[in-house]
Amino acid sequence: MKILVPVKRVPDPATTIRVAPDGAGIATDNVKWVINPFDEIAIEEALRIKEKQGQGEVVLIAVGQQSWQEQLRTGLAMGADRAILVRSDAPLDPLAIARVIAKVAENEKPELIIIGKQAIDDDSNQVGQMIAEMLGWPQATFASKIELNGDRCSVVREVDGGLATVAFPLPAVVTTDLRLNEPRYASLPGIMKARKKPLNEIAVDSLGVDLTPKLKIKVLKTPEKRQAGRKLGSVQELVAALHNEAKVI
Amino acid sequence: MIGSSRDVDFFNLDELLRPEEKMARDAVRAFVSREVLPQIEQHFAHETFDRGLVAQMADLGIFGANLHGYGCAGMNNIAYGLIMQELEAADSGLRSFASVQSALAMYAIYSSGSEEQKQRYLPEMARGKLIGCFGLTEPDHGSDPGGMETRARRDGRGWVLNGVKRWITNGSIADLAIVWAKVEEGVTGFIVERGTPGFATSDIHGKFSMRASITSELVFEDVRVDEAHHLPNARGLRAPLSCLTQARYGIAWGAIGAARTCYLCALDYVKSRKQFSRPLAGYQMVQRKLVNMLTEITKAQMICLRLGQLKDAGTMRPEQVSFAKRNNVNAALKIARTARDMLGANGIVNEYPIIRHMLNLETVNTYEGTFDVQTLILGRDITGENAFD
Repeated sequence: MKILVPVKRVPDPATTIRVAPDGAGIATDNVKWVINPFDEIAIEEALRIKEKQGQGEVVLIAVGQQSWQEQLRTGLAMGADRAILVRSDAPLDPLAIARVIAKVAENEKPELIIIGKQAIDDDSNQVGQMIAEMLGWPQATFASKIELNGDRCSVVREVDGGLATVAFPLPAVVTTDLRLNEPRYASLPGIMKARKKPLNEIAVDSLGVDLTPKLKIKVLKTPEKRQAGRKLGSVQELVAALHNEAKVI
Repeated sequence: MIGSSRDVDFFNLDELLRPEEKMARDAVRAFVSREVLPQIEQHFAHETFDRGLVAQMADLGIFGANLHGYGCAGMNNIAYGLIMQELEAADSGLRSFASVQSALAMYAIYSSGSEEQKQRYLPEMARGKLIGCFGLTEPDHGSDPGGMETRARRDGRGWVLNGVKRWITNGSIADLAIVWAKVEEGVTGFIVERGTPGFATSDIHGKFSMRASITSELVFEDVRVDEAHHLPNARGLRAPLSCLTQARYGIAWGAIGAARTCYLCALDYVKSRKQFSRPLAGYQMVQRKLVNMLTEITKAQMICLRLGQLKDAGTMRPEQVSFAKRNNVNAALKIARTARDMLGANGIVNEYPIIRHMLNLETVNTYEGTFDVQTLILGRDITGENAFD
């Protein structure tokens, strides 16, 4: 089975994020970049499916700058077979990203697209759903278990208050939740092998999809620093403070 | 878990690393933070080595990672150094295990062994199926290995070994020991497999340092080995000393990891702990300590990066490795002691990793050539005068 896994480059969750001086983005100096953790889970799941079936191909795709090659190489080191970098030096909206991936999927014809439910930088949670819509494929979001049976797929989804199981035919789009699996480490021999695996670059303009931005970040702000609390001597004082100062009662 | 995935990189040295070097570092860092850090204090407290980690490190490809062929990963020396750094960010004992397996035992066979020996042992050692140890130091001969008393005499087509080796990391869990002994022509090396009659090991207890690592004594009483267990290309003391150069290289990098953990832990602590009117971090004496720590870590990183470039180019001199080992380990030890001081009473409990690193680094400062021995090596190099004797 051919599985396509879209991958996003995001700041390491352990990095301290600072807003850039112009307020339009984050300061990127001294930021360590990693594969979006939900996409890493998607790569792991694709590799497990391939290993279980004993055949198949895991293809990674990223839409971004030259530097995103690093994350694709890490995915190849984990065990993916090849990677596609759609070069776009300008940042794109989730809608444009979905269009690009859907377009590449039309050519690649994977039977399954597995993608993180959201990226930990902007938390949009849109791309997987939009790809499915554009391709006219079934979708299952927030997967905590994926089972394949011939050309059918069954997914356990984490929903409010419990688990929902959905079944649908392939091809399809599945988005991963945190508890789907624990991704493997890229092994050192795997890292050496990844250097020789194919990583093809496509210019985003060559795909002929509409990339017009629909979103504009007006301003980014650091959350206000929390003030230390105050200890009050009695319930009366507390009630008075809530009434007179906080004005909540 | 402090410092598990954070870095100290004041001069953006990351930009000088190749993608595969960063990937190797990140993979080992993730492994350490998931598999090692949650358990390490318990192993240190109970003086146990977590043998389960051997298979996991082998799966990652850590053993002999900078050797080529024989099932080894074939990475460059900067990647290898970064791997050692990440292991020692968790615990010097863990890095010691990897160092002994890779830079001492595997490298001895790789550099001095016959083709048959390399084929027979190296792939299994890379897979972690065979554990090696390295017997050079003796109870009465540490800094002067040339004075060793272990002897090997020819007996028909084989050899008979007699002697005692001490302070041997991994000794009692090793499947094979690389043993250095004097013969008529000088010093040479042997591969002694566990279970060979006359070969016994016992562990050294009561250590206040490297408690999550095994340290043993090896005893050889009329141990008979055949020529197939003799390292044919090990002629003279240069053979084991070349292994020590490899190990010191890894130690120089590893010390940065231990120092980084202590520095980040102290930094977090002084930012959150308030005494008198403000966080400790707001006091000049505390800031000065932090700045000194950061400066020493950064210098150590730069030394190692250049050392790795030289090693990859094949132009590194052993004296440069002595320089790096001497400076970086001593700096790490001082950083650990300072961090311990900055945490006050909290610095002496294992709720924080500092005291464990501090105690471990006492060993690292001593083994594979003490601080003073490295000083003499460098002194001889710059003056032409040998001050060893």
